[in-house]
Amino acid sequence: MSNPVTNVLISGVGGQGILLASEVLSEVLMLAGHDVKKNEIHGMSQRGGSVVSHIRYGEKVYSSIIPEGEADVLLGFELLETYRYLPLVRQGGSILANNLRIFPSPVTLGKETYPENIPAKIAAAFPDFTLVEGLKLAAEAGNERTVNIVLVGALSKRIAIDDHCWQQTLRKMVPAKYLEENLKAFNLGRQL
Amino acid sequence: MERAILSGNEAIARGAYEAGVKVASAYPGTPSTEILENMVQYPSIDASWAPNEKVALEVGIGASMGGGRTLVAMKHVGVNVAADPLFTLSYTGVKGGLVLVTADDPELHSSQNEQDNRNYAKFAKMPMFEPADSQEALIFTRLALETSELFDTPVFLRTTTRISHSKSIVTLQDPVGKLPETGLERNPAKFVMLPGNARRRHPLVEERLTRMEEWACRQPFNRVEKGTGDGRIGVITAGVSYQYAREVLPEADILKLGLVYPLPKALIRDFAARYQTLYVIEELDPFIEEQVLAMGIQVKGKALFPLCGELTPGRVAQGLSNQAGKAYYKHDETLPGRPPSMCPGCPHRGVFYALNRLKAFVSGDIGCYTLGFMEPLSAMDTCICMGASIGNATGLSKVLAPQERSRVVAVIGDSTFLHTGINGLMDMVYNNAASTVLILDNRITAMTGRQENPSSGYTLMGADSYRVDMEELCRALGVHHVRVIDPYQVTATHKALEEEMARDEVSVIIARRPCMLVKRDPVARKPALSVDGEECTGCRVCLKIGCPAIEWRSSDQGKGSAHINRLYCVGCSLCRQVCHFDAIGESQ
Repeated sequence: MSNPVTNVLISGVGGQGILLASEVLSEVLMLAGHDVKKNEIHGMSQRGGSVVSHIRYGEKVYSSIIPEGEADVLLGFELLETYRYLPLVRQGGSILANNLRIFPSPVTLGKETYPENIPAKIAAAFPDFTLVEGLKLAAEAGNERTVNIVLVGALSKRIAIDDHCWQQTLRKMVPAKYLEENLKAFNLGRQL
Repeated sequence: MERAILSGNEAIARGAYEAGVKVASAYPGTPSTEILENMVQYPSIDASWAPNEKVALEVGIGASMGGGRTLVAMKHVGVNVAADPLFTLSYTGVKGGLVLVTADDPELHSSQNEQDNRNYAKFAKMPMFEPADSQEALIFTRLALETSELFDTPVFLRTTTRISHSKSIVTLQDPVGKLPETGLERNPAKFVMLPGNARRRHPLVEERLTRMEEWACRQPFNRVEKGTGDGRIGVITAGVSYQYAREVLPEADILKLGLVYPLPKALIRDFAARYQTLYVIEELDPFIEEQVLAMGIQVKGKALFPLCGELTPGRVAQGLSNQAGKAYYKHDETLPGRPPSMCPGCPHRGVFYALNRLKAFVSGDIGCYTLGFMEPLSAMDTCICMGASIGNATGLSKVLAPQERSRVVAVIGDSTFLHTGINGLMDMVYNNAASTVLILDNRITAMTGRQENPSSGYTLMGADSYRVDMEELCRALGVHHVRVIDPYQVTATHKALEEEMARDEVSVIIARRPCMLVKRDPVARKPALSVDGEECTGCRVCLKIGCPAIEWRSSDQGKGSAHINRLYCVGCSLCRQVCHFDAIGESQ
């Protein structure tokens, strides 16, 4: 292809802070001089449903939807929601998954079962797989609510963008009151 | 020039600001809601939530008659509500520019149908712009307002969910300079649509469309883009479908339409003549295709691409049989779904639990509470459109025998009741129907992300406002039996419903408790509850309330037990009230 586009998918459960993570990533990519498109569905998904955000960047991006089997990186905020979106990832793509299980209602009601051994299943199909202890690292950064920024930090290692773009964007988008813990969370993720 | 990464909705709000819009009105509806929410940052715009889309458009028409530029926004089905003033507005034309944003929802991400509102442009004889990204959403908003004044017509701006909610890079401009002053002007031949006047306006509407069609052939928003191929394939497309066409068919030449009605026929004829193969790539109805076929031009469209659902690069590729199913990974097991559900502590939960237990036939409506349909609450039997629950219940009660009639309960939220439920209740009383109406009053328009409404006490701009007195309103309509309950009280809720359902005349129950997510007056969260493993018998009755905080944990030896996730529980105590064994209490 003469117009290479890189595709990042972020998935999880409504309320996990996926929107902020994808906003930060899009801003960083724009700052670094790329064309960027980002897409997600609002509405019903806010009520604890499955949420997925598509981010595409390159010299020129057309569709904001990532075609099946073409995502280069999948960042999952929850294990089942990471597993669910694997068909969108290309062979050899990178997978980052937060080591967290949130049971959906059919599981809490005892009607369906939560798939077992998700990390092992992902690792078997995608050698470039990293399991992130998001909650633990967020607590280390000083606030359990910075999990999404820990995960953005982990993602930042898979995207060739200068560190200063990330720092500058976080300073712009995170309220001053929470900046220090979020920068710490980002750096902990980036070290993975 | 300053650049920003904006959603289509943010870009429309920005475009309206740059174009000098004075008044913006809307009723919230996915995927249009954020347009008005983003207007609030521009103090030069008077932005407001109307009780429904018809009122929103009427406010817009008034502002336009006074000479102000105006934007009115709604979701696709909202245009049905606003259609009455709309069709006559097309005859009167405007004074200040007026743009109506219709945000369509192909794929029904958050809607009850996926009607293609491009048909309204043809039906109402109005021009329609359709942007393909956020930059165009901004530019076309400005253009639509200018076009409105240039041709003395209201103008549609049509988006779809993937345009409304996608973000892309936009170059911002300064607001336009001085616009004409506003003021009163008597012009009955234009604005008083009695038959005599309207008869004289109609030919002007037809002539306007003809002029616009010729004009549109020479405008840069309808453009031909060369592809990388040898010029054998041509594509006619617009909106988000353009992006998929470019992605999947880089070799094709594309006629990219910015104005989807009226079509630039001379331009299309000229373009079509150059290609062996000509495709029309469009979502939903064959709107462009049928008009091109009617011109006697052979094109391939809906024979290849689906009529239902949205397009994606994959679906376009599949239609062209280029490449489909490129997935490297496929699951070898079925995954549990993750359907949305009512939040922990949601005041609607207890009501639907009671309706389920009373085996009510629930005539439902549109809002968060439509989730009362989902298992395990499973207590909604109909849902048609905004405000339909009450009229539907009246109709049901007219055909049913008394013992069945008593089971019918209309369930409607506060915002939906004020939208189009009031007339239904007026009819129910006036025509002596007998049914129970349950108004779920959570003091907010919750489903679309918590917008203010006439019963919340605040405006979109955050000003204090009069709060509609629901009880007095119902009594004024002639309802003799109006009672208010707290839906957190399980037994009282059940009893109130049972009593009113037994009454063979109209009664209204108002279940009043604010939405858990309202930020202005934070609801006091109580300490999380927990299950005493010793006392829990594993009867699973607490699972029947469908609270996301309650999990079932099976056990190898015993019957298993319920468990409460302390991170989600807000201590509403519904589960504690339904437990027969006193196994749920405050955490230690």
